This record gives sequence, C-alpha cells and structure tokens, in this order.
Amino acid sequence: MCGIVGLLIKNPKLRPQLGQLMLPMLIGMTERGPDSAGLAVYTAPVAANERKFSLFTIEEDFNWQKLGHDFQAHLGSAVTVLQQANHAILTTHLEPATVKVWLKEHYPRLHLLSVGQLMDIYKDTGTPAQVAARYGFAGLQGSHVVGHTRMATESAVTPAHAHPFTAGEDWCLVHNGSLSNPNSIRRMLQHQGIAFETDNDTEAACRFLEWRMREGDDLHTALQRGFEELDGFFTLLMGTKDQLALVRDPFACKPAIVAEHDDYVAIASEFRSLAHLPDVKNARLFEPMPEELYIWKV
Amino acid sequence: MESLDLRTISVRELNQYLHKELPGKDIGKVEIFNPDGAHNIAAGMDCPVEISIQGHGGYYVGGMNKHADITVHGNVGWGVAENMMSGSVRVKGFASESAGASGHGGTLIIEGDASLRCGISMKGIDIVVGGNIGNFSGFMAQAGRMVVCGDAGDGLGDSLYEAVIYVRGKVKSLGADAREEPMTEADYVAVKELLGRAGFSHDPKEFKRIASAKTLYNWNADADQEY
Repeated sequence: MCGIVGLLIKNPKLRPQLGQLMLPMLIGMTERGPDSAGLAVYTAPVAANERKFSLFTIEEDFNWQKLGHDFQAHLGSAVTVLQQANHAILTTHLEPATVKVWLKEHYPRLHLLSVGQLMDIYKDTGTPAQVAARYGFAGLQGSHVVGHTRMATESAVTPAHAHPFTAGEDWCLVHNGSLSNPNSIRRMLQHQGIAFETDNDTEAACRFLEWRMREGDDLHTALQRGFEELDGFFTLLMGTKDQLALVRDPFACKPAIVAEHDDYVAIASEFRSLAHLPDVKNARLFEPMPEELYIWKV
Repeated sequence: MESLDLRTISVRELNQYLHKELPGKDIGKVEIFNPDGAHNIAAGMDCPVEISIQGHGGYYVGGMNKHADITVHGNVGWGVAENMMSGSVRVKGFASESAGASGHGGTLIIEGDASLRCGISMKGIDIVVGGNIGNFSGFMAQAGRMVVCGDAGDGLGDSLYEAVIYVRGKVKSLGADAREEPMTEADYVAVKELLGRAGFSHDPKEFKRIASAKTLYNWNADADQEY
C-alpha cells in the first residue's frame, strides 16, 4: 500500500501557500505509507541557461560548503548550494553532463535526485510528518507538487527507494501499487543502455516511460505502450514542468480521487487527504476511470 | 437525537459509543458531523437506529450493518455496507469500489454512481444504484438483487450464481456465463418494489434482466480449456 497526493494551484495568489495546503494532504496519507515520504515541487524556473540539481546524502555532517568551494575551484564556475538537512539544491549554468561527471568523480556517495529548471525533489525515510519537518515542506512555494507516502512491499526501505522517481529533466512519477514484471522491463531497458539506481519496481516504470518519450512518444502514446508493457497494479501520478497527469491500471486496483476547484486541482488516494482543503465542499469530486489519461495544466 | 463530531472524538470512540452505549437507550437518531473521509464509520452496528452522516465517508462505512438505517449525505470510499446483514445504507453521492461486497441482507441505495466491482460476491443484499456502475460489477454474486438505473461497465455479472441484475441503460459487456434473459412479471414486481424502496420513479419496463446461464455450475471436461 502507498499514498499519493498531487496539488496544482490555478490561482497564482495561492502559490506561496503550496506547501501549507499540501502538507495535510501528505500527512493524511500516513496510514497508507508510514515508512518513507517524498515530493517533487515545481517552483519558479531558474534562468534559461541554468539548471537545478537536487542532491541527497545519508551523512548527517556532510560539508555542503566544501562541495560549493570544490565545485568552483575545479570547474571555475559560480554555483549556489542551498542546504536543507540532508538535502541541497545546487544551481549552476554548467551542462548537466559536466556536473554529473564531476559529482560522480568527486562525491560518489552523493545521490543525485533530479535535474531541471523548476523541479526540486525531496525524499527520505520516516513518517510523512517527520520527513516534512526535516525538509520544511510547509514552507514550499510553487505551482504544483507531486507527493508520495510509502509502505514498501517489494524492495528495501531506503531514501533512494522512496518516491518520486525521476528520469529526464523536470519529470517525475509516483506510484501506488506493484508491478509483476519490473525485472523484464529493467533487462529490456538495460539493453538500450539505460542505467538503474535501485531494484524498485516503480523505477522500471519511470525509466520505461521516460525512454518512450525520449524516443519521440508524447505522454499519451508512452502511457498506451505502458498499458501494453507494464503488468500489475498501478495508480501513477506524474509531474511535468507545467502539468500533472494521472492514470490507473485497467482493473483500477488502486484508489484515486480528484477535486477540481476554481483555485486548484487536488488528487489523492483517498478523500481524507482532501477533506481539509479550502472550500473543498464546492469542488467537483470524481473518481478517475481505469485506463484513462487525465491531464491538468498549470 | 444525539450529535457526534469526528473532529472532537475518534472513529474508535464513535463506534464504541454506537456498539456499547447506544443500544437500549431511547435514542432514535444519531447525527455524525465532519466524517472527512474517515474509515469504518458506523461499522458493525447491531441495533435499530437512524444514523445520519453529514459529509463524505471513507472505506467500509456501515460495514457489517445489522438493523441500523444509515444515510451518508456525501460520497463514500471503498466497501460501503460490505457484508451488511440487515437494515439499510443510503449514499446520497457516489460510492467507490466494491460497494455492498459480500452483503448478506438489507438494502444498499447509492443515489449517484457506483465504481468498479459493485456487489461483488453479494449473498442476499439488495442494491439499487441511481447512476452507473463500473467494470466487473456483480462478480460471483451468489444471491440478492442489484438494480442499476444507469449503465454498466465491462464484465457485468462474471461467474454469477443465483443473484439477478437489472439494468436500465447500456451494458458495455457481460462477463463469463452472464446472459440477458426476458423479464417476467415477477421481475417487474421486484424492480418496482426495489425502485420504490430507493425512491426512484423509473418504469420497470425499461429494465433488462441479467442472470447466470449456469454453464459454469458443473465442470465440463470436454471444454478443451476454453475457460
């Protein structure tokens, strides 16, 4: 079992409150996912020539300042490092490939969670309330957020196994359910030269969809192929730089409910995560149909 | 009348009150406020009382109900009235998956739509749905009746036993061993009575009857693995 939540703010005045509005949604899914939690938040974009890198370390006393100094000394380029507990966002105008190689060489134990212009990813083990307090989720601002609470059933409980998963820039995915053929999908993708970081089933789905979109499929076509290839149960919530997208498997084995309001669109596994949203009484509530793609634009 | 607020007491405290303190007291009606999608609200009722839930319920609202008449002024999550024995549950909004699952008796009325697997393995319950029902509804339904005023999804009544399903709208597809049969006078009487119980005014003549073809009742060794 797991819990998923998504919130897309339509009224720009509410964007500074994104974290505050989302937090009760995430904590409301604690019973469905008490062992880890995470989210991807879409903030205002960095400058057109810049990229943000979400980084995670398990070392409590990691010296982020030193990483910033080393980066400037080795690569001769300005960088900002914004730390929050075990997590930091590194912003630079260097090419992602250059940064990735440098990180791997000099800081091989750092975990690169995401690269993009708008998206920051935070994920860790602990209850949703603990993870939210550690990373200051209540203060997050932005246009949309994709969150997840995890109750592991098929692979280990580690920060790397927590959701969201990401592949490609500003794209992420969370999953409630379980796949029965992640290993064959992983093998198929590895033959295409795609590398994996965990043995998690969701990572297989994530890299499959990203691979299809990189090969030219739009999200709709990629998901159609996903229905053919992915065997198992899933409600998938995906984030792009300006969209939230939701699908459920053909048997709708995992729940989902949507609240569409003039000010926001909120998605959760269960209504109890939507109950405290402002004016939810006047939102249009509905259950997404199986095998249908729902997309909401910022 | 008693009023209880789930922002001030827990579901466990609510249900302990409903199970242990309420029976024998002269209270005809209990109102429950701020359900906010909580699970197991008024599950396991065992006395005649009217319960009114003001808002949206979570999973298993009125599960295992005996004797009580429960109304939800909102939507419900999975498994509303699952394994109900008697009494009634009425949902004014929509119901999520597996509504009335395994129900033995009583009446479940859903005024809006019901999601997938409505009436799965029902064992004598009567279900009336004002809107549509989702895929795989009535799977392995053993006894009881389900009346659907809207459309039915894929695989309706797969592996039916003796339960009968009446549908007013379109059936997207029938499940294995389910078939449409002619309506008899007894069917019209049954549908009229069930619609009356639910307060819907459709003409019973608009409904068709789905029941088991009973080809799966006995193992057919000559079927060449066609199952």
